[in-house]
This record gives sequence, structure tokens and C-alpha cells, in this order.
Amino acid sequence: MSEFLARILDLSGTGELLTLPFVRNALIACAVLGVVAGLLAPLIVSRGMAFAVHGTAELAFTGAAAGLLLGVAVGFGAVVGAVVAAVIFGILGLRQRERDSAIGVVMAFGLGLGVLFLSLYDGRSANRFGLLTGSIVSVDQQNLVILGVVAVVVLATLAVLYRPLLFASTDPEVALARGVPVRALTLVFGVLIGLVTALAVPIVGAILVLSVLIVPGAAANRVTANPLVATVVAIVIAEVALVGGTILSLAPGLPISAYVATIGFAAYLLCRLVGRLRGRGPARA
Amino acid sequence: MATSDPAADPAALSLRGAGLRFGERTLWSGLDLDVAPGEFVAVLGPNGSGKTTLMRVLLGLLPLSEGTVTVGGHTPRRGSPEIGYVPQQQPLDPDLPLRGRDLVGLGLDGHRFGPGFGRRRERRVRVDRALEQVAGTHYADAPVGRLSGGEQQRLRIAQALVGDPAVLLCDEPLLSLDLSHQRTVTRLIDERRRAAGTAVLFVTHEINPVLPLVDRVLYLVDGRFSIGSTDEVMTSETLSRLYRTEVDVLRVRDRLVVVGAEDAPVTRDAHAEHGAAPVGGGA
Repeated sequence: MSEFLARILDLSGTGELLTLPFVRNALIACAVLGVVAGLLAPLIVSRGMAFAVHGTAELAFTGAAAGLLLGVAVGFGAVVGAVVAAVIFGILGLRQRERDSAIGVVMAFGLGLGVLFLSLYDGRSANRFGLLTGSIVSVDQQNLVILGVVAVVVLATLAVLYRPLLFASTDPEVALARGVPVRALTLVFGVLIGLVTALAVPIVGAILVLSVLIVPGAAANRVTANPLVATVVAIVIAEVALVGGTILSLAPGLPISAYVATIGFAAYLLCRLVGRLRGRGPARA
Repeated sequence: MATSDPAADPAALSLRGAGLRFGERTLWSGLDLDVAPGEFVAVLGPNGSGKTTLMRVLLGLLPLSEGTVTVGGHTPRRGSPEIGYVPQQQPLDPDLPLRGRDLVGLGLDGHRFGPGFGRRRERRVRVDRALEQVAGTHYADAPVGRLSGGEQQRLRIAQALVGDPAVLLCDEPLLSLDLSHQRTVTRLIDERRRAAGTAVLFVTHEINPVLPLVDRVLYLVDGRFSIGSTDEVMTSETLSRLYRTEVDVLRVRDRLVVVGAEDAPVTRDAHAEHGAAPVGGGA
């Protein structure tokens, strides 16, 4: 047991590793990802889109696997896959029940294709595994540029659309009655999710995108009902999980996604506890 | 934009020769209705008779197939400030990250694009005033999903009134509320129309909770309709003609009981199950 703990909680040499360029790239990428993921997470949770995010992540994986096979940039493939997924989900159904089954169907097919692409690929096997579980070395200079551009696009879009998006996400019926283009916003929001998901896939892996796009929002919504405060809390949790997870993963040389997911889960439990102590527990119906 | 001169047309809301068709099916046609400022008009009729669709027309979400419609002297368009909208009470997620004051504030500027950094102080003043009007100040900072149905409906009224509308459109706002909350909601609406001259169009399947407030009734059945005072419309004769079957209207104390106009039990999504699309069709 103690051997296991010593293996996963190892900080010897972390200081040296932090000076390496690829580590610095990864930390910058995590910091940027934390901001955009934290901005989107409370809205994603309000809209009940956890499953849609997961489906989008799996299709980003399919796109990345296709990119790997075809020899084009993996990041580019991931963006294409995720945005296509987001648009398909947007068109297939806006009502949650229809949407969930549509996502299940498309995701199953997408994952199947991804597995096929990976099997046909005969390059380094670390590349394959990295798409599913994330990898710190996946962030190169080119990825950083893509990440920066996407972050700017997401921030600019939210600056213009945040109010109607909040209205449509929390109070869709009245938003529609007030003339908010709810359907169009759902598509736009889907594309934003697609873009951020695609950026998250190489870092935390397709199967753990939920840990940065859902967990911070679910945790934040537990402690506050103020949309602005919820967003700030979600950003802080996403940053701590991503940057902290990266640092902790360095010396043991294990995937950062495991650390990110664990820190996020701890933050969620803490937020639940705080929410309960502040009288926001499940008691009052 | 305006299709009629507001000076010559003092009505808060006006329908002239209005008709609506979906393909072969005519929901209603030849509808003329002028609602004066401060007037309370109840819109009644069985499910699928086009009540909610009429709401959608007045909200500017659906164009008429024929005739004209004006609200506050203008053709209604999406997000018209002349219109306040009160929906039926809905169950809200208890963890929805939204406070009472956020819900009300969205009624003021939630449909606007842009970051909205300017005029925050004015926004706060207006939201606070709307909250005071519905006596909702003390739970303004609570999560909306954790308030009672009655408290939520009060916030809904504040949300509809915060923009100072000329017309209040209410779509079954009493559904699933208990009697005391029904009384509170109707009292708030009544106070508002008397104080500010806001015209009220009140869609409901049950007239009794609002009977003392009603100035006129618009009763829609299968494309036929009747407009007039409660005593004119809510009679055995008029309703029998509308329903094309024997219908009896009885007065029991101060309540009206309609026998024979059998309606399917009204459920929360009664509108959605019928031809007329609900207002909240998206997401």
C-alpha cells in the first residue's frame, strides 16, 4: 500500500522537470484550458449536457485517430471530429430525451470507427493510448497556437452571447417567448463545446474530458446560485485540477488525467459538503 | 413597422380579421379583438383550440396567415418590450445556478446580445423594484429551483413586469398552484393592471379563479369563437353553439360550472400533445 502511494505521490525531481520546455508548454495549455472549460462548465451542467459532452469527446477521439492514420495533425482531426459531432447533436434533437438516444447512436458508431482507425495505424503505440487517456507530451508549439486561437474565439463568442445563452440555458421557455433564438444558440453552444473538447482530448484524453468540462460546473453549482460566482468557482476548480494534476503527475511519470480527475472529484465532494453546511443540501424540495 | 396609427388606435392589443392556418387546418379566422389598457380578457377553450398559438402570434413568434395584429401600436416582434410573458409554473432543477433576482433580470435584458457592462445600477434598481412589487425581496438571493411553486410564480410575474410592458400575456400561470398561491398570483396581476393600466390576456382552462377579475372572455372551440362579457359568453346557449353539443352552464354560489364540454384532463404538457405547438418548444 505504502509502496503504491509512494509511486503515485512522488515529488522528487518535480522542480527540475518543471524547467523542461515541454512541461512548460503543458502547463500553459492547462492554464488556458482551465479558463475556457470553467467558463462553459456551469452552462453545460445547467443545460443537462453531460452526455453530449462525453459524446463529443468520443468523436473528437475518432477525428484524432483519423488524423493519426492519415498523417495529418492529430489536433486538427480532433477539432474536426468534435465540431462535426456538436453540429450533428444539435441537428438531431434539441429535446433532452431525443438527444440522449441520438448521441448514444452516433457515439457508438464514432467509437467503432476510432477503434478501426487506431488498429490500422502502425506507428508508435503510445500515440494511440494517449488519445484515450491524455498525455503531457502531446502539447507542442503548434498545439499551443491552436489552443490560443480557440480560447480567443470562445471568449469573444461568450462576451457577445453570454446573456441570451444563460437565459436559454436556465429558462428556455420564457427565453423563447422573449425572442431569444434558442435553437441557434444551442448550435453555437454545441460548436463551442466541440472546440474546447477537441483541445482537452490530447491533454486529459477522450474518456476523461468530463473531468474538466462537467466536474467544475457540477461542483460550483453546489455552492452558489449566483451565475457569476459559479463561473469563477468553476474556473478556479478547473485550474487547480489541471495545473495541479499536471505538476503531481510529473515525477511519477503517470498520465495527468488520473490526477486531474481525482482533484476534480475531491473538489466536487468538498463543494457538496460546503453546500450542505450552508443549507443547500437535498433536504428542501 | 407600425401597421396602424397609435393615436387613432388606443387599444393596448388589437387583432383585425386575424386568421391562422397550418396547411389544410384552420385554427381560427376572422378574429377581431381590441383589448383596452387595464382590461382583463380571459382566453378559454379546450386543448388544441389554438389558445397557445394565439399567444405565439402576440409574442411575435408566429406570423398570422391573414389579418393584422398590433400590441402597443406595433406589430409584435421577437422580444418586444411592450409584452410581458408569464408561463405556467415548471419544475426547476434545485441546483440550477440562478437566483430569484437573476431570473427577474433576464426578463429585462436576457434577450440582448453583448456583455452588458453598462447601466448595471439602473438594472439593479429596476430588478429590485419588480421584486418589491411581488413581495419577493426576501428570497431574491435564494436559488430559484429551491423555492416553492408559488414563490417561483411570483418571480415570474416580476420577470414579466420588470420591462414595464403594455400587455401582460399569461399562459396558464395558475396551473399546479394551490389555492392560496393562485389567489396571490391573481391579486398581483390585478393590482398591476389597476395601477399601471397594463392590459391582461389570461389563457386558462379554468375561469373560476379569475372570475371576479374578468372583463371579457374569448372562448375558442375548434375554429369557432365567441367574445363578450362573462354573462354573454358563459351561457348554456353560447357554449352549446360553440361546442355543437348540449352544454350546460350552471352558477353555483359565485362559481361557474360547465357540464358537457368534456375536456381531457389538463396535464402539464396538455398543449404539447395537441396540434398547437407550445411556446416553449425548443431545447
